[in-house]
Amino acid sequence: MLSRTANDLFWMSRQVERAENTARMLDVTYRMSMLPYRVMEPGEKWAEPWAVPLVITGLATTYYQRYPELTAENVLRFMVLDASNPSSVYSVLQHARENARAQRGAISVEMWESLNETWLRIREKSYGTLTAEGVSAFFDWVKDRSHLFRGVTFGTMLRDEGYQFIRLGTFFERADNTARILDVKYHTLLPSIHDVGGAVDYYQWSALLRSVSAFNAYRKIYRDVITPLRVAELLVLREDMPRSLHACMNQLYEILQELSAGAKLEPERLAGEIHAQLHYGKTERIFAVGLHEYLLEFLEKLQSLNDEINRHFLVPVYA
Amino acid sequence: MTAAPQVFYDEMCGLDGGVLPHYRGYADWLASIPPDRLTQKRREAEVMFHRVGITFAVYGDETGTERLIPFDIVPRILAADEWATLERGLQQRVKALNLFLHDVYHEQAILKEGIIPPRRVLENSQYRAVMQGLDVRNAIYAHVAGVDIVRAGKGEFYVLEDNLRVPSGVSYMLEDRKVMMRLFPELFARYQVAPVDHYPDLLLDTLRQAAPEGVADPTVALLTPGQYNSAYFEHTFLAQQMGVELVEGQDLFVRDDTVYMRTTRGPKRVDVIYRRIDDDFLDPQVFRPDSILGVPGLFGAYRAGRVTLANAIGTGVADDKSMYPHVPDMIRFYLAEEPILANVPTWQLRKRDDLKYVLEHLDELVVKEVHGSGGYGMLVGPAATMTQRAEFRERIIAKPDNYIAQPTLALSTCPTFVESGIAPRHIDLRPFVLSGREIRMAPGGLCRVALKEGSLVVNSSQGGGTKDTWVLEQ
Repeated sequence: MLSRTANDLFWMSRQVERAENTARMLDVTYRMSMLPYRVMEPGEKWAEPWAVPLVITGLATTYYQRYPELTAENVLRFMVLDASNPSSVYSVLQHARENARAQRGAISVEMWESLNETWLRIREKSYGTLTAEGVSAFFDWVKDRSHLFRGVTFGTMLRDEGYQFIRLGTFFERADNTARILDVKYHTLLPSIHDVGGAVDYYQWSALLRSVSAFNAYRKIYRDVITPLRVAELLVLREDMPRSLHACMNQLYEILQELSAGAKLEPERLAGEIHAQLHYGKTERIFAVGLHEYLLEFLEKLQSLNDEINRHFLVPVYA
Repeated sequence: MTAAPQVFYDEMCGLDGGVLPHYRGYADWLASIPPDRLTQKRREAEVMFHRVGITFAVYGDETGTERLIPFDIVPRILAADEWATLERGLQQRVKALNLFLHDVYHEQAILKEGIIPPRRVLENSQYRAVMQGLDVRNAIYAHVAGVDIVRAGKGEFYVLEDNLRVPSGVSYMLEDRKVMMRLFPELFARYQVAPVDHYPDLLLDTLRQAAPEGVADPTVALLTPGQYNSAYFEHTFLAQQMGVELVEGQDLFVRDDTVYMRTTRGPKRVDVIYRRIDDDFLDPQVFRPDSILGVPGLFGAYRAGRVTLANAIGTGVADDKSMYPHVPDMIRFYLAEEPILANVPTWQLRKRDDLKYVLEHLDELVVKEVHGSGGYGMLVGPAATMTQRAEFRERIIAKPDNYIAQPTLALSTCPTFVESGIAPRHIDLRPFVLSGREIRMAPGGLCRVALKEGSLVVNSSQGGGTKDTWVLEQ
């Protein structure tokens, strides 16, 4: 398969996954913003709930260049519909569709039609229609379109190399996003130390779990109160939880083994290394390091993996 | 021929208004359909085209980079015997054009015999001196030809243009049929319409036949200028239908006169390139040095016979409008046959008498730039204003060599569903002719329709639309 094609397919599915995860992240922020707490520490502006999506996507600086004030409306405009923000839901869906358009020959007709339809619909949205429909309803729609796209891909695409690069993009982006969403909690301060384990704390954890469709799974598995230790276990280490880091690395390692086709390439080795750390990891160890630090380190390794994937498959250089 | 008469041959009703036998079934059906159902079908068609994303880009249009080509839901129908004649005529013509190309790049017998003045060929801007003496596989230059055919006068066919460089539009032929079958399955059950959807198979087979000698299982790739090209949809469509890689210049590189693709498993050799890029952009080392679309070293690999380009380099010398008047003579010279399909009478303005005549009759004639295409740079005399004609006159006088003129053909009309209902609109036809061991084509072709009342310009860049073309099986 052409490297350029593989690159476009990888990014196509990454962008769709990113749209979904941005929607999830904004949805959890939206839910948290309705909770009865505010930031106590003066000067800690980023602890406002609406600053969270900006902090974890690394877009705070760009945001403040454009919008002087941190308001729900401004953040939604910026993160959802702003065409000048390359990470807005609008922009990533546009890029996904452009990539699909460039590679129509490599994907199924249904996949293209699905992405094109999504793009045609989001083009019609404005802040007015967003609030009229309900913000959560919009986020559900984005998630639905992403689910649909994955389902269409699963149901119609030839199981060729292109299919593997599409899956690679999906799980790569998902691993990245789950790590970032999990880190949300680190950035949201509680009103006071007495609130730890209290109602607000509970609502924050449950909102976070819901944002990655893990609330019911939590209940099913633990049948007990929500604790940070278990949330971390569920979203980092449990391989039966489809959005956990471990589950994502299972997929990434398997895909990269297949793509290496026995050639023992560096991306496969590195994915194996990251995978092993999760596979044999323990929650106690994570909390000994600190969840935030652990997640940062994971994101760094993911970045190195990205570089290796580029070098070996997506943007190779021949003399 | 003089000014366009007011009576046009109609595909459904001929000249005298009675429905022709091969249209009778369709005409009855059409008469039985309430107009609002047609409106609804047209809307459905639009939704389908939008969803599938069959769009084209218009050059010089910064805002709307993608547009739909209007699609008309009334088919153009050709009787079996009409098509049989067209097919034979096209095979004959394209065969002669390929022989001509081989000849001008080798012995030049046709020039030595004085059939065509040598200067006309050798000084033509489309003549590629680098091709002189170079042998191309199977001596085929134009693997894919898109020959524009119109019907005029009492219903006789004329060839308007031979497109031998990178003719486009075949994807519309295929998609139009798909949409028609979804919209009107009952019509296809009633009519025996010859299928066209095997075209990509024919094309792939033609390309594989063209592979360099000794390559048993050739790798074919389609070379596109990229996704901002107006025909990009077609490039992806054809690559997908043929199951070949769609490559851009940056995806290819040349080492030891061999062309490779950059793939996820390392370099992979390419044997046949169906290129949808003009000659000028193919190789910056040989042609335009500023081209970023091409592949450095490609021509070297081509000259070494290590890769086949389809179409070959230098085919433009045969489809140039200044060469067009000579095609009937090529057929007589190479095949010793009389042309089956007629040329449109053409005045060559480099000839003094012709120039004089044309300047005196500008209001009756169509004047075209010799190297123009896509309906740009032409004057339709009867439809032009006084000022436009005066402007064009200046341009002709300044550079008469640059122009040819033809009578304003009374192009046939075909019933078309427009705002006011079913009304006649002028049409043409572009069959796609494939040359390999045999000369083959899918029955029919792309039918283009001028949607504006009275308009004779069918180009999509000038507001034309398309129709499905039905060739009836006997």
